Amino acid sequence: MEALMPGIARWLHVIFGITWIGLLYYFNLVQMAALKDAGADGTAAGITKHVAPRALFYFRWAAVGTWLAGAWLLGAGFVDAFLLRNGMEGIGIGAWLGTIMLINVWHFIWPNQKKILGMVPATDEVKAKARRVAMLASRTNMMLSIPMLFFMANGLSHRAALGL
Amino acid sequence: MKNPLESVAGTIISGLILTVVLVFFLKNFLA
Repeated sequence: MEALMPGIARWLHVIFGITWIGLLYYFNLVQMAALKDAGADGTAAGITKHVAPRALFYFRWAAVGTWLAGAWLLGAGFVDAFLLRNGMEGIGIGAWLGTIMLINVWHFIWPNQKKILGMVPATDEVKAKARRVAMLASRTNMMLSIPMLFFMANGLSHRAALGL
Repeated sequence: MKNPLESVAGTIISGLILTVVLVFFLKNFLA
């Protein structure tokens, strides 16, 4: 059973990761543009009331699940990865990027989305500022996901493929 | 200069550039 653990951790890491990054790409590639158009024809409420809260629920908890499964997968190599040493440099960069993205989700995206979606009271001025911060935080995570996925895919088990 | 994160294309290009920078950093200063 113990021998199965790394495989199960990797499996969970991928399932949670697909859910998290898939929803991140949905927000950036689909929802942002859709909300702009829906706002113009008065149909934005359908997205903000029924779609966005559900998407954000899976998004933020999948981020936590991804990180925890990743930490489990790193196991004894956790400290070496985060200290970028002992052959764990590549995966360590991926782990740092993923950690920054997790902090971004819980510290910038989710608190500001709560204001935008009316889950916490906010004036129009506060909502406008929250919209800007949430958008830039989400775009930052999309940008960071590109090197993060590169180092996750090539940083450890397949590092020889690219000579890392 | 316009913030590259304002557009999807700018975000992707920034991510690709950051990937190259981090690979350079890894190969020259870490591994």
